[in-house]
Amino acid sequence: MGKMAAGIGGLALGSLLVPDLFRGSADDAEGLPLGIAHFAPKAKRVIYLFQNGAPSQYESFEYKPLLNKMAGQELPDSIRMGQRLTGMTASQAKFPLVGSYFKFAQYGQSGMWMSELFPNIANIADDICMIKTMHTEAINHDPALTFMQTGAQQGNRPSMGAWVSYGLGSENKNLPAFSVLLSRGKGNGQGVYSKLWSNGFLDSTHQGVVFSSGEDPILYLNNPANSDRASHRKMLDHLAELNNMAYDDFGDPEIKAKVQQYEMAYRMQTAVPELTDLSKEPDYIVKMYGPECLVPGTFAANCLLARKLSEAGVRFVQLYHQGWDQHGNLVGEMPMQAMDTDRASAALITDLKQRGLLDETLVIWGGEFGRTNYVQGTASKDNYGRDHHPRAYCTFMAGGGVKPGTVYGETDDFGYNIVKDPVHINDFHATVMHLMGINHEKLTYKHLGRRYRLTDLAGKVLPGLMA
Amino acid sequence: MNNKLLTYLLTNKLLLILFVFLCCITSACFLRNGSSASTDAIAGEIDYNYHIRPILSDRCFQCHGPDANKREANLRLDTEEAAYAGLKDNPKFHAIVPGKPHESAVWLRIVTKDTADIMPPLNSNLKLTEQEITLIEKWIKQGAKYKPHWAFTAPQKTQLPKVNDTDWPQSPIDYFTLAKMEENGLKPNEEADKERLLKRVCLDITGLPPSLELQERFLNDPSPNAYEKVVNELLTSPHYGEKMAISWLDVARYADSHGYQDDGLRTMWPWRDWVIHAFNKNYSYSKFLTWQLAGDIIVKNQKGNLQNPRMKEAVLATGFNRNHKITQEGGVIDEEYRVEYVTDRTNTFGKTFLALTYECAKCHDHKYDPIKQKDYYSAFAFFNQVPEKGLFGTIDASFADPPNLKLTSKDVKRILNFINKRDTADVSVMVMQDADTLRKTHVLSRGNYDQPSELVEAQMPNFLLPFNQKKYSKNRLGLAQWLTDEKNPLTARVFVNRIWQEFFGRGIVKTVGDFGMQGELPSHPQLLDWLAVDFRTNHWNIKRLVKQIVMSATYKQSAAITKEHLAKDPENVLLARAPRMRLSAELVRDFVLTTSGLLSPVIGGPSVKPYQPKGLWEVATSGRGSLKSYIQDHGDSLYRRGMYVFIKRTVPPPSMLIFDASNRDQCEVKRSRTNTPLQALVMLNDLVILESARVLAEKIALENSSNEDKIKKAFRTVLCRNGKEKELTIFEKYFTSEKEVFSQNPQKALKLLKVGEKPSLLASAKTQDKTNLRPTAAALMQSVLMMYNLEEAIMK
Repeated sequence: MGKMAAGIGGLALGSLLVPDLFRGSADDAEGLPLGIAHFAPKAKRVIYLFQNGAPSQYESFEYKPLLNKMAGQELPDSIRMGQRLTGMTASQAKFPLVGSYFKFAQYGQSGMWMSELFPNIANIADDICMIKTMHTEAINHDPALTFMQTGAQQGNRPSMGAWVSYGLGSENKNLPAFSVLLSRGKGNGQGVYSKLWSNGFLDSTHQGVVFSSGEDPILYLNNPANSDRASHRKMLDHLAELNNMAYDDFGDPEIKAKVQQYEMAYRMQTAVPELTDLSKEPDYIVKMYGPECLVPGTFAANCLLARKLSEAGVRFVQLYHQGWDQHGNLVGEMPMQAMDTDRASAALITDLKQRGLLDETLVIWGGEFGRTNYVQGTASKDNYGRDHHPRAYCTFMAGGGVKPGTVYGETDDFGYNIVKDPVHINDFHATVMHLMGINHEKLTYKHLGRRYRLTDLAGKVLPGLMA
Repeated sequence: MNNKLLTYLLTNKLLLILFVFLCCITSACFLRNGSSASTDAIAGEIDYNYHIRPILSDRCFQCHGPDANKREANLRLDTEEAAYAGLKDNPKFHAIVPGKPHESAVWLRIVTKDTADIMPPLNSNLKLTEQEITLIEKWIKQGAKYKPHWAFTAPQKTQLPKVNDTDWPQSPIDYFTLAKMEENGLKPNEEADKERLLKRVCLDITGLPPSLELQERFLNDPSPNAYEKVVNELLTSPHYGEKMAISWLDVARYADSHGYQDDGLRTMWPWRDWVIHAFNKNYSYSKFLTWQLAGDIIVKNQKGNLQNPRMKEAVLATGFNRNHKITQEGGVIDEEYRVEYVTDRTNTFGKTFLALTYECAKCHDHKYDPIKQKDYYSAFAFFNQVPEKGLFGTIDASFADPPNLKLTSKDVKRILNFINKRDTADVSVMVMQDADTLRKTHVLSRGNYDQPSELVEAQMPNFLLPFNQKKYSKNRLGLAQWLTDEKNPLTARVFVNRIWQEFFGRGIVKTVGDFGMQGELPSHPQLLDWLAVDFRTNHWNIKRLVKQIVMSATYKQSAAITKEHLAKDPENVLLARAPRMRLSAELVRDFVLTTSGLLSPVIGGPSVKPYQPKGLWEVATSGRGSLKSYIQDHGDSLYRRGMYVFIKRTVPPPSMLIFDASNRDQCEVKRSRTNTPLQALVMLNDLVILESARVLAEKIALENSSNEDKIKKAFRTVLCRNGKEKELTIFEKYFTSEKEVFSQNPQKALKLLKVGEKPSLLASAKTQDKTNLRPTAAALMQSVLMMYNLEEAIMK
């Protein structure tokens, strides 16, 4: 907490504007004081390591030896129970089961099963809460991702980070409350879309701001032809003087607001490069995250940057790592994807823990749905692929008030159906919001006559996930 | 902690003030009793539509409204007879007993202290305020009279209201606005000065700032119709069509890519060119909408030959309904997405033409408006006849999935010359078509594509206007006829309201996309109706409507805001001043390009890819298709208007999004207008703005004039007015000190002058008379950049 004090007092990027009191309707806020949690939060900040494309649960965290035993045999109808199929496998005559090519072992005091592809995450098994029973209605990437991020499949709704920015504001007045970092692995990718970090119908100040590994860490941060700070300052001072003269003529409060926006932009120009400069990180950090963390735009670099942003008070840091869509060549691609993410993900959690920040930072790791326990197409001797499976998949969380060293939920021996403690996306969102100190039913926004919330009309908080 | 507490108190106090204020507005606007105290509503006659329905709808109808499946206690409060009837579980009691609040279950349940009984129930997170409870009590006392929803009865043209200041009005509009101002003790502002008025009207009609020549001409024209002459000139400019098209492209969710994950290229731009053409040709709104909804059916009915380019135009217009996103993801289920497209058309139809939230009735009966789920699928049936597939093919299989229309160079040369086709290749555009055999339409349970239930026919709900099948054909053409029927209560109101929003920043009905029960009430109901009827009876003439608005004294007022304004009417509902508004995203770009002289005024054609920060498409792509990397254009394509910037849906142009442009995923009728630090960064650092500053500075630097004159001219070009002495002094001071810096550091000047791809005369100059000018040009460039960053620059 002490670390954050410097930044407190700031609201969201948006709330720093002259309060939008006379523009919105009285209904928008519904008497709820925005910028304040509904009750004491466990987590103050979120880092969401989204694994885009849907990593296979069977080669990562879901140990199902029955599939190895029954390899090549048909998925029983009694298990499939009419589950619809994607266009990829709908015309398949057979659905032969396939077990993991990779070995599993148990880790930590809880004896959590992990595949050999994730040795570093395995080492921190006692810090994480592994959900085995995430499930969704969507079966294709775009709607499924959109569902995970916005609580609805269609798009046009605000993203989780936007809701949190709207509800809680930012802890740092020089940085956007909702920041987005993108990376690509070597596996089959499915793209990301700006609607995933959209503000939807909320004010656009809650939109996720992408930090890029390109020339400017934030778009348009620097003047490509003139980097002289003194010159910028001079211009801003003159601008303020001129704008204030205009205010005397027009009396429009927007003018004053604009002067403030220019000041914040100026502060960002110092704060952001300082923060995104990873070159001064100590050796032990580089060792922990792996040498790739010094290569801008990699998942490892983004994990390290996420820690720095979060530490500086950014409320919601959203990562996307592409490449997890293994319809074929799973045995070839999955190790590469795991290699890109395993070490840095574990390092992030360990790093936060060492800094005393894990308790108040919620880290989430997972994709948009699971993969089938049967082969897409046909399996060769040592390779295969898996199609999309919405009925059960894994996601894990750490820190921020979740129960460490636990496995939540259970699937059948085929990993196909949930037999205990399902976690629907709406429940997942409700629980994350709860950890942030937000009652998911009360954080609403009235748009086109209807009150919207992240969990829409459903979602229940799951105490079993919380410490 | 202190800060948090402060924020809390501040929020609440201001909310309170705001609430009281809104009450003033509500009562003042709808009760013609002259004063504005919030108690007036309570003291006077309570009106169902304006006082009670908003409360009941917002807090009660969700469980006691039109949705029969979710109705609690079998009680509905949205109709008079149901509310007066005996309660289902206890027929001796009634929800509402007119005249007797203390015998009305509704009132007793809202004032009870028993938390188990109180309405709305605690777990709904909804509450009624004291004021609202008092209003309900009073309304029941006065007889609890229900009235039909204002938006569902056809508009009537009323007499112009009487006003005290009879000298002020210059158009019928002004009588309505002035009457409201006078009721609230406000006086209209003075007319804006000529310079600012010219800038405003130019930006509003063409989206482009006035040239120095036009400024000069207008200022020196003393004739009484000088302004009208300018307006007429602007209305005949081909840039009028471009400006009008921008908001229609939002409504029509126009984009240059298919959307969804792979997000391949599509070629809908000839349809966009048609929209510009239609506005420029001043097609009536009835023709404009009929062609877009049913151009293909008109051609079919006339046995028109599709090889005839004249026929092709009407079919091209139907591209409107094919602008929705289309998936190219290999594994999708065909029918799921086909249904998704029909859904998008249905929702877009509801929002665009009726300002109703039709989409709310997709999965269940509407919670607030009398749109049943069955009504939703009856509307859906009109758009469900297209011979199309959910997945036509994966990435780059097609830029225009069938049904499509092929446009040849011959078509373009002979008739469709508004299409800016750049090469000889044919271009295909997605259009509408109905299959020969009728596709049956079912209600889809919970909106799920694989759960068809009751069979429905193409229909529109009776509460709007019965869809008389003798009068209208049962297809999209009939739907257009139904929309343009003089008895349709919504079509004209909705369009007029959106046009009003274009000019005044907010609609007469603020919720431009929702005229239903949950929408806001019109601030000037009689004005809205007058305009709507006037528009319809004058052949839906759009240019006439625009002229009517800009010729009004209301429009021509100064935008200065006084303390009195802020106290009495901060939102400017009563229009006692002109609104000050930031330019929309596209117009910010147009503004710098025009003032610098860089603008390429070409109209239409394939969208362009100007400068964009590196790597944005590459980091987000699935790696497939022709749009996986951003290949920037060069030459004149760098300087086209903002509306022609290529919109890739998954990665829309970043500077546009920062200025609140739509991502074109779905139909959008209103953009937010924010003021953020990211916008400051764009204005200070975006290459197109730096280059514009550089080009204008160089041009002026090369002129044979004094430094003072150079600054004056730059100021006038950018700000569209003469600078005041105080302002010019600041710029002169800044210019001098910057010139000093650049004289001492010529490399720095050179670096600035090399910004952008437009060749620089001075950067490449060899002769000393030219190279000597570099510090001047660079200092002037910094000055122009500062002008672009003045708050006023991108405001109108």
